[in-house]
Amino acid sequence: MQPIQLQWIDYTVLIAYVAFVLGIGLALARYMKTSADFLTSAHSIPTWVTGLAFISANLGALELVGMAASGAKYGIATAHFYWVGAIPAMIFLAVFMMPFYYGSKARSVPEYLKMRFDERVRALNSIAFAVMTIFASGISMNALAKLLNQLLGWNYNMALWVCSGVVLLYVLKGGLTSAIYTEVLQFFMIVLGFAPVVYLGLKDLGGWHGMNHTLQTAAAVGSHYAANAWTSAWQPLLAGSSHNPMGVDLFAMVFGLGFVLSFGYWCTNFLVVQRAMAAKNMTAARNTPLVAAVPKMLFPFLVIVPGMIAMALTALPDKGYRIPPPVIAHECYEKAVAAVKSADSAQVPAAVKAVTDALGKKVNDGKVAAIVADNAKSKLTDKQIEERIYNSITDNDYDGVILSLVKKYCPAGLLGLALTALLASFMSGMAGNVTAFNTVWTYDLYQAYFAPGKSDNHYFWVGKATTVMGILLSIAAAYFASMYNNAMDIIQLVFGFVNAPLFATFLLGMFWKRTTGTGAFIGLFGGIAGSALFHALTLSQGNVPGVKGGYLGVLQTYPSEMAQNFWLAAFAFTVCFVLTFGISLATKSMKTDDELRGLVYSLTPKTVDHSLAFWQRPAFLGILLLIGCALLNIFVW
Amino acid sequence: MGLDIRWPIGLMFSLLGLLLAGFGIVKKSESLSMGINVNLIWGAVLLVFGVLMLYGAWRGSKTGSK
Repeated sequence: MQPIQLQWIDYTVLIAYVAFVLGIGLALARYMKTSADFLTSAHSIPTWVTGLAFISANLGALELVGMAASGAKYGIATAHFYWVGAIPAMIFLAVFMMPFYYGSKARSVPEYLKMRFDERVRALNSIAFAVMTIFASGISMNALAKLLNQLLGWNYNMALWVCSGVVLLYVLKGGLTSAIYTEVLQFFMIVLGFAPVVYLGLKDLGGWHGMNHTLQTAAAVGSHYAANAWTSAWQPLLAGSSHNPMGVDLFAMVFGLGFVLSFGYWCTNFLVVQRAMAAKNMTAARNTPLVAAVPKMLFPFLVIVPGMIAMALTALPDKGYRIPPPVIAHECYEKAVAAVKSADSAQVPAAVKAVTDALGKKVNDGKVAAIVADNAKSKLTDKQIEERIYNSITDNDYDGVILSLVKKYCPAGLLGLALTALLASFMSGMAGNVTAFNTVWTYDLYQAYFAPGKSDNHYFWVGKATTVMGILLSIAAAYFASMYNNAMDIIQLVFGFVNAPLFATFLLGMFWKRTTGTGAFIGLFGGIAGSALFHALTLSQGNVPGVKGGYLGVLQTYPSEMAQNFWLAAFAFTVCFVLTFGISLATKSMKTDDELRGLVYSLTPKTVDHSLAFWQRPAFLGILLLIGCALLNIFVW
Repeated sequence: MGLDIRWPIGLMFSLLGLLLAGFGIVKKSESLSMGINVNLIWGAVLLVFGVLMLYGAWRGSKTGSK
């Protein structure tokens, strides 16, 4: 995409936001007296705040960019990541799992695992989690710095260090509370920053129906899918994996995504669970994911619809829009323009080749030939040629969709608001990861294995030092991600291996008192190894064996990477479940029933909600939310 | 925690709202998108949102609720 010019008003919005974020950190600094204040917010935050932070910690910028990209590639079916892949798991967390997390007085998810099983399981989970948070925050910061570099012309290093510095300052001052507060601020920034883009885009296309109509016409004419492939969420899926652009079948979607991946993320990932654990009491903690589920349910309209708008605009030539091509340095465009100008109409094939070489990307030969011919007839200006070359590149960079729409519809002012929202979500993504890393490192690794039994003041200072360390490690991870092209693929692959089996461990641990530490430990290891093996033996269509799988041989080929991922998750879960179950039966539990009280479902008195009116009870609210979610699904059936 | 988050949210969005709406009034021609003065309208929306947050924070500080 071509660079965006910011005006003073845009910079003012950006600076105002940064000033407020730093101000919040400074204002909170005086309340930070103990390690618990700093690392766990001392259970003091109201429900609506933890709820919005819960959702916001997950709504990182990469999600924002990625969901718009998927909206363009797959259409409204992308909403399954929300309605199938999040809402049910969030409700399950609230109604069934939160009582154990909050009631056990554990300060982190790994600590819960130690109470329920033993040190081995805690160590495995906390080390894996600590490494993942660092890489997640590094990837996010790398993407941010790259974006600022490409779009605004900022220096990569400066962008990386300045943004990290801002995060460091406010997390160091205000700890987890600071991170949670800025996440809430970011939530409103994103909603209020992107809502106008969606509105203007839909208005441009003649509203919701206008957009759908355009997409249906385009799908019927330009693809081998049915007309509703981009506009219906369920019908193309039910028709089978070759009938929807995701290439996914119903089982992979519902079991792989909806059960394994979704519950594995929402119910066990400390990054989000930590927000609920910061709530002021049990009811507030249980209601946190429910509060979060309301905006989560509606987010597809904010983050996926832009992708569909981009797709529809591309199908209408008179709108003068295309999904942006990959970012190409300006010098390459200049070379390509020079190649067009020096060619005459007799040398069209040579000119096409010269343009392709200059850009390093595939171009539409016919379009380039037309530029050469038109230029030979009547001289075009450099700008005209460049614009037409831009439009002749055949590759799409779907990740550029959201910003290209912001650029198209937002004048100065609104542009600053939307860009600040994006920047805010990158920074709060880093803050979220760093605060989770903090707690796990300080309590689950440092206090547990390196220096137990020190004063609280000691751990308070370690928490602060870990913040600095976490940020520095994230920056290192960002450089690592920027150096290797497929670093991100590899990291995400490893995340997948580690996360996929996790929910089986929690499910058995929380709901079957017979589960033993040895069973859980070996089951987890087996699940991780199982996913690695599965990946090594399967491939998705169009990929060559290597990072994308199949390096030990190809036993099974899936229609898409997404299908491969969903099946991998389903497989890893099953391996972990069966191993944990079998080994638990064969080994003896080291824990007495008394020790497991409050940690296991059958040994814990049911949470009494009688003091609450029925409409305030988590179970009732959960059912309401499920009905709402079902209605949304019917709306885009 | 001693700080009610509604204060900073309210203050920030009121400020941004005033800024955008002001820009929309002064630089009308630069604020149009799809024929609408989006800076003015959206600035007003942000301002209303900000003021509501401030009102909530003010009421909360009276009753001690958060």
